[in-house]
Formats: sequence, C-alpha cells, structure tokens
Amino acid sequence: METEAVKAIAAGLAIGLGAIGPAIGEGIIASKAMEAIGRNPEVSSKITPLMFVTMAITESTGIYALVITLIILFG
Amino acid sequence: MPATNKYMELNISIAPDILFYIRSFPVTNSLIWSLAISGFLIAITFVIRFSLKTVPGKLQNITEIIIEESFSFVRSVIGSEEKAKKVFPLFCTLFLFILTANVFTFIPGQAALSLRGGNGPLPVFRAAMADYGMVLVLTMISVLTVQIVAIAVHGPFGYLGKFFNFQSPLKFFLGLMDIVGELAKVLSLSFRLFGNIFAGEVLGMVMLFLIPFIVPLPFMFLGVLTAVVQAFVFATLTLVFITLASEIEEDELVEQASM
Repeated sequence: METEAVKAIAAGLAIGLGAIGPAIGEGIIASKAMEAIGRNPEVSSKITPLMFVTMAITESTGIYALVITLIILFG
Repeated sequence: MPATNKYMELNISIAPDILFYIRSFPVTNSLIWSLAISGFLIAITFVIRFSLKTVPGKLQNITEIIIEESFSFVRSVIGSEEKAKKVFPLFCTLFLFILTANVFTFIPGQAALSLRGGNGPLPVFRAAMADYGMVLVLTMISVLTVQIVAIAVHGPFGYLGKFFNFQSPLKFFLGLMDIVGELAKVLSLSFRLFGNIFAGEVLGMVMLFLIPFIVPLPFMFLGVLTAVVQAFVFATLTLVFITLASEIEEDELVEQASM
C-alpha cells in the first residue's frame, strides 16, 4: 500500500476508535447532570459549570486521539 | 498532505509559520499574536490602574466583577483566604491570558492579513494556543508551581517520601505510579488545551472550505464555547493540583499527632 493510503486509514481508525470512550463518558455526565437538575432545579446554576468542566476533562482522551490523528495527517 | 490542486488548498500545519528572522531568532505568527495579547492585557491593566475611581466607570466595573468573582471562586476551591491570596495571581493570569488569546481569534478580518512567503501566503496571526510550544511553556509553569508548593508544604523529605515509600511492596509500587502520574500531568494538561484549540481551528477551516456560508456558524459558536471552557479548565486544574499539593493528608496528621 502507498504511504498516503496507510496514513488515511490510520488517521480514520485513530479518531474513530478514540471517540467511542469520551462519547459514552460525556453522555453519562450529561444524563446525570440532567437528572440532578430535574430533581433539584434550584442548583442548576451550580451544576451547569461543573458539568462543562467535567465534560472538558472527559473529552481530553478524545482530544489525545485527535492530536495523534492530526499529527498523522499533517505532521 | 500535499495539495493536489492549486485551487483546492487547505493551509494546515501543526508547527507555526516562521514569518521572518531577527538575527537567528525565528519570529513565528503565533509569537506575534501572543505578544499582541500580552500588550493588550498590560495596556488594559495600566489604563485601569491610573484611572481608578471610587465611582467606577464601565471598564473598571467589568474588571472588578471579573476579579471579585474569580477570587471568590479560588477561595471556595482552596478553602482559605490566606492561601487564595497567594494562588490567585497565577490562576487569574493563566485564565485571562488563555481566554483573551482564544477569544480574540474570533475577531473577523485578521485571518485575511498575510505575508508573501516562498510556498504561498503566510498568515500574520495564528491562535497562540494552537502552537504547542506556547502551551507547553504554560503547562510547565503550572506543573512546576505544583511541585514547588508540594515541596514547601511537605518539606523535601516528605515530598520524596511520597514517591519512594519502602513500607510495603504495594506502597513502593504506588509511589512509582505517582511519579508517572506527575509526568502525565504535563502531557494531559498541554494536550487538552492544544488539541481543543488546534482542532477548533482545523474544523473551522475545513467547514469554511467545504461550504463557505451559514454552515460554519454553529461550529464557530462551538469554538467560542470551547475557547472559554478550556481557558477555565486549564486555570481550574492548575488550582486543583495546587490545592491537592498544599493539603496535608490525614495519615500525615496522624503521624504528627502520634510523634
């Protein structure tokens, strides 16, 4: 196979597989946050920023995969 | 990736473009951008410093709100007023610098500024946090501060004792894992910020390239959200690491009490 073709396949696999975990994690965070807000709507202003921060942290594993993908493609 | 067609060209590079040299020192577009951001922040600081009034104007009001809110946030995380006063300058500087550097990339028109280079146009501005060198320096500042705080609180021997614990094989192994954990902080903090901002830039560029109208807008909004949240996350994680490093653990307290 040509190098370009292998690079394209590798990049696709890296980001595709790497996106699974964070997606599930963020879904869990969002559902739990919604549950908590639904149960106790007064604290929604406290929960929302916390939700964003934890989401950003969960997202980081996906971002690692993305960085690897970008390095494969453009590095 | 080499461009196949002259008209289908996406100008994406992980390393920032070098615009010109001062002697042998390469001046990159992200360096110019970060200097502009620093200059802007310093100018704002001086303007406010020399026009302080008891009845604040708009600018002073906004600044006071930002400072007060972030100070009360730092105090609520770290738990004491005295510690908060020590950590607050670092936290606020990191937050404001990353925030302005990220958000100002959304000012329209600046992407059109470019210099003529050897292989096509070189953009004059580039998001400072999309340059890994810049992000790594910020990360090193924050991680080194955490280590210094840990040494100052636990003392040099207490600090080393956390990593080299000979009480049992399990504790020894866990101590070694702590070393890996400290090193991983550098990677995770820097990759998170760099990846988010760089990916945002690439995503925006690709969407503009595919469909130039309307469709890139939601991605832009997502980019603004990411810019604010990532600045907050970086500063907050630094703060949390410092808080964890400055806390005296329970078994240490028990040891001190039993001694």
